[in-house]
Amino acid sequence: MLKLLLSRLATAIPSIVGVVVVTFMLTRLLPGDPAAYFAGLAASPQAIAEIRSKLGLDKSLPEQFVGYIADLAHGNLGNSLSTGQPVVSEIANRLPASAELTLSALLLAVAIAIPLGVLAAVKQGTWIDHLCRIVTTAGVSLPVFFTGLLFAYVFYYLLQWAPAPTGRLDVFLSPPADITGFYLIDSALTGNLETFWGALRQLALPAISMAIFSLAPLARMTRGSMLAVLGSDFIRTARASGLAPRTVVFTYAFRNAVLPVITTLGMVFSFLLGANVLVETVFAWPGIGLYAVNALITSDYAPVQGFVLTMAVLYVALNLLIDFLYGLVDPRVRLDT
Amino acid sequence: MKRRTFFKSTAAAGAAATAAPAIWSEAKAQARNETLLIVGESPPNSMDIHGVGANRPAYEVSWNTHDRLITYGVKKDANGNDHYDYTKLEPELATDWNVTPTSATFKLRKDAKFHDGTPVTARDVKWSFDRAVTVGGFPTFQMAAGSLTKPEQFVAIDDNTFRVDFLRADKLTMPDIGVPVPVIMNSELCKKNATATDPWAMEWCKNNHASGGAYKVDRWQPGQEVVYVRNDDWKNGPLPKVKRVIMRIIPSAGNRRALLERGDADLSFDLPSKDFAELKSSPKLTVIGTPIENAMMYLGMNVNQKPFDNVKVRQAVAWAVPYQQIMDSVLFGQAIPLYGGADNKFKGIYWPQKDGYKTDIAKAKALMAEAGYPAGFETTLSFDLGLASTNEPLTVLVQESLAQIGIKTTINKVPGANWRGELLKKNMPMITNAFGGWLNYPEYFFFWCYHGQNAVFNTMGYKNPTMDALIDKARFTTGPEYEAAVKGFIDIAFEEVPRVPIFQPLLNVAMQKNVTGYRYWFHRQLDYRQLAKG
Repeated sequence: MLKLLLSRLATAIPSIVGVVVVTFMLTRLLPGDPAAYFAGLAASPQAIAEIRSKLGLDKSLPEQFVGYIADLAHGNLGNSLSTGQPVVSEIANRLPASAELTLSALLLAVAIAIPLGVLAAVKQGTWIDHLCRIVTTAGVSLPVFFTGLLFAYVFYYLLQWAPAPTGRLDVFLSPPADITGFYLIDSALTGNLETFWGALRQLALPAISMAIFSLAPLARMTRGSMLAVLGSDFIRTARASGLAPRTVVFTYAFRNAVLPVITTLGMVFSFLLGANVLVETVFAWPGIGLYAVNALITSDYAPVQGFVLTMAVLYVALNLLIDFLYGLVDPRVRLDT
Repeated sequence: MKRRTFFKSTAAAGAAATAAPAIWSEAKAQARNETLLIVGESPPNSMDIHGVGANRPAYEVSWNTHDRLITYGVKKDANGNDHYDYTKLEPELATDWNVTPTSATFKLRKDAKFHDGTPVTARDVKWSFDRAVTVGGFPTFQMAAGSLTKPEQFVAIDDNTFRVDFLRADKLTMPDIGVPVPVIMNSELCKKNATATDPWAMEWCKNNHASGGAYKVDRWQPGQEVVYVRNDDWKNGPLPKVKRVIMRIIPSAGNRRALLERGDADLSFDLPSKDFAELKSSPKLTVIGTPIENAMMYLGMNVNQKPFDNVKVRQAVAWAVPYQQIMDSVLFGQAIPLYGGADNKFKGIYWPQKDGYKTDIAKAKALMAEAGYPAGFETTLSFDLGLASTNEPLTVLVQESLAQIGIKTTINKVPGANWRGELLKKNMPMITNAFGGWLNYPEYFFFWCYHGQNAVFNTMGYKNPTMDALIDKARFTTGPEYEAAVKGFIDIAFEEVPRVPIFQPLLNVAMQKNVTGYRYWFHRQLDYRQLAKG
């Protein structure tokens, strides 16, 4: 197991190095002059030159790159110009917000998509199969920012069921003590019912918009994979041996059908991290997606590099996790490596 | 499912959702009444206005948490709303002052204290002024605009007396002491947090306050919100009425409007013109639009490139801009027209003012023929995507109209981050852009935008020795001589028309009916100290 872990980690290193180099180059190739942007309204050429040298942008590219790597080795991702804070602490503060949103959306999507997919496969051609088809088609065709805006308009503006889309908490509640960074968990741990309820209400609309988006591929994949397995010989044998339908479907069929679903789950999770950018903008969610967009708009190099790097590390970690999940679910995968 | 049963069931679900458990604390309703919630688009990036690249929201933080020596008085504008008065300087930290031709001596308030309880002395004032003229970048530049450039100019005579020595007679020196830059900082606290490489504690001040103003920052979550509480020991003005102010960032403009209309937010600046025009008729909200002083949106032409080096071509363009259409369908009437005046001459000592151009395609065609371009030419029209909501429809209308006189324009959209850099290069043939100066003097605007020193805002690369002489003269004279100079340069600007003034923008703000005391400031940020709620 340890050997597997190490070999996987070793293959991840080149991709991380590649990401570091590419993000550094890409941000430098972007049009735009951060010094001119941050020099402010009434800047003279010498004021801009002063800022450029303060930011180290007057040095040659190789020099800037060496400086960047040296900082990186010390765990320093630089400072954001648009918020004035170290990128590391900003990402550390914002990652839990994005993670809480993404994971809630994913849990919600899984909780709906997998039973729906299984039922649609088992009861092929019935109303539940049609429902599954409608839900997946709708989920694929509705862009997540659109559902987000529509939900905010209908459930907040018109109906007033949802709270104001002002971020993770109502303006007049204070955030819970920082334990995990997940407001729901932290407020539950500290027994702060008011904050828990407040955080849950704020989370509902963005999480549902994202869940609708991620439902579709999961439900389709579950259905397709279940259909293939249900039609195979060993299921027929199991049925012929008189096993209970429940045992056949869940113990035999589902366990075999779940492998491609896990792969899709990994892909959906990475989609969701991207979709975050839009949902966070609509719901003023203080996550890393919003942070990265703002940084891009202002040509703020350090946060963009930090964001891409964090995402790359997350993806690598996610892929590792999925590899291990394969191993747990399917012994054959363990033998392969 | 039948339509009727669907509605019934959704209504039942709604009732269940709204009947939330009664766990809201009593204190919350109370807090809501004493708190002002402002929703905005962009967050501050520093707590220090002298910091590198401090942005406009950072000016707002600084304005409300720091004091300056002097501030400006107040008057009523044409609509009966409060408007700062640039002709009246009033006490803030300084209780009175004595101006001679060579210096100004300020008496400081004796019982003023910083937030940590240290008394404010003239040494703090000197340290703060020294800092502003030394650290470079924007603060140093702004100080220089009032001829404040050297630490030797600032003298702490005793604990409560501070003197500024003038370099020359500059009428902008005193007004410049009331702008957001020369804030009074707690020098002892800053020095404790300074290092050998950072003697002005720039690093520490980015996230911390060494101030004594009317509000203290209670919580700052960069990129998300700033929470202020009132400083109850504030002595430098009447105690503000609002106890707590929350400035929260809501990136989506639609949601900002929804929050206002639903009564969940109290005030917002950042909405599109169309929303403001619509909200004006809302019975629930007050919308105040104030013309932004010394500011204009214009069409600029690069006078160093053919064919815009020809004054006749520039005039032809000025006669071909679809002014009224821009006012109606781009701005929804939310601006002051700067076209269609009685003639193309100076109309008084104020800026911006109407020129004599209006849309007259026949005249424009005639001028094109005279200039030797009867068949027109091709060019590009660039704009800043950062302000696309106004710029994009505006440039499309200009494009259509110019096509009528044979000028084929390609529209070039420049990303916001890139715009300043492109302006600096000064090689775009035609642009739309806006500029506004803090100090409300025509020569201040002209110094930035028309003077041959060729600052970044002289986007047309315009150089005219006669005009430069008039601008320089206006800066350091008064009386009839001054008036003649201003008349001179305004007449030249209208005649030579390197930039075609289109409109003067409004600073719009929407707030709940129970919010009162809003005052327009030249820096265009919100002053919490005059606001009241309830």
